[in-house]
Amino acid sequence: MSLLLTAAQTVGPFVSIGFETTAVPDVAPAGIAGERVVITGRIFDGDGLPVTDAVLETWQANSFGKYAHPDDAQEKLLEDNFRGFGRVLADAQGGFRLATVKPGKVAGPDGHPGREQAPHITVVIFMRGLLKHLMTRIYFPDEAANAADPVLNLVPAARRGTLIAAKSPDGTLQWNVHLQGPQETVFFDY
Amino acid sequence: MSNPNPYRKSYFNTQPDFLFPAYRSTVKRAPTQPLVQIPQTLSEITGPLFCASDVADSEWDLTAQHAGEPLGERMFVSGRLLDEGGRPVPNALVELWQANAAGRYKHPVDNHDAPLDPNFTGAGRVLTDAQGNYRFKTIKPGAYPWRNHYNAWRPAHLHFSLFGQGFAQRLVTQMYFPGDPLLAFDPMYLSVPDDKARARLVSSFDWENTQPEYAIAYRFDIILRGRDATPMETQENKK
Ligand SMILES: [Fe+3]
Repeated sequence: MSLLLTAAQTVGPFVSIGFETTAVPDVAPAGIAGERVVITGRIFDGDGLPVTDAVLETWQANSFGKYAHPDDAQEKLLEDNFRGFGRVLADAQGGFRLATVKPGKVAGPDGHPGREQAPHITVVIFMRGLLKHLMTRIYFPDEAANAADPVLNLVPAARRGTLIAAKSPDGTLQWNVHLQGPQETVFFDY
Repeated sequence: MSNPNPYRKSYFNTQPDFLFPAYRSTVKRAPTQPLVQIPQTLSEITGPLFCASDVADSEWDLTAQHAGEPLGERMFVSGRLLDEGGRPVPNALVELWQANAAGRYKHPVDNHDAPLDPNFTGAGRVLTDAQGNYRFKTIKPGAYPWRNHYNAWRPAHLHFSLFGQGFAQRLVTQMYFPGDPLLAFDPMYLSVPDDKARARLVSSFDWENTQPEYAIAYRFDIILRGRDATPMETQENKK
């Protein structure tokens, strides 16, 4: 039996009606283990103008590198109150702010525990003007494991930096999304 | 230990491209660099799961969120959430948002000269049941103008957001209504290349669930990406 996949359509300019009351700007409740991080950023279109009607959704493992999902068979610690899902809406300046914990390393594409992925957050982006969502990742700065990460290594070296957040003087992490242009963010297909 | 089976790539032409110039906003927002192909790892195969405590029972009914009933044609919308293999997707979060009967969104950016309805917000959520069924009660949204091109009107539509069981299944789409003459002029609808895939975005009149003297019903089944068959399933299929 094979059914025809439903086509994606844009969220349109009024997506906040659906997603504002269900935003999840704080991914990790109190008591969850790990290094607390705040990721802020802005989203820019091909003219360098801020995108004010975007929604970012994030999905991540906990600090032990375990996903709250039955398909994750890794023998790592699961935390009851950690779903790992975030949803933030762009503000009038195209900015967003996500508070979470830095995820641990998770198994790589072959599932081999010796070849884990560098800590990362999986991201999908919706907005007016996107007929289907964009898929990308946020990696962490000063992370030795980035060099061997099996996904980062599929990205042309010159563009890898678009996936790695930068450390701001105030300690927050900065990760901007450029839809087009010389700094165009790397988007995935999978 | 190996990772679970990945989800299948979308079938040729069932999905719109990012760049579709007839829909003007895509021009400055579509990526210009090729997408980087990556394997599905645990990070893509897993995704947020939801349960009954995430959704209030009342959220299925968009007509009961205020003191009075909203104006407009009352309707039921129901359907099944399945994967491409025909398997139900149970306990999945289904989110819906829409304009009111006059074609106006309760949103600060919507300046269409049509009345707001104090009894209508236009957002609802449900979880699918064990068989993948969902159901909403709402009112039929109106068509609304947008400035994409001269005399541009969006056909009446509901916005649907679906979470499957992995982030790779994430989908946001729109449901349209049968017989709407505006569909033939709508760049969003027309952005879906495959005729059959495009037609699948149009709901069907649902006589069975239409309630006499009360409300018309529409049916809209939604298909998420399915998984590659496991070697074992392939064996089963050959029997
Ligand atoms: Fe709309």
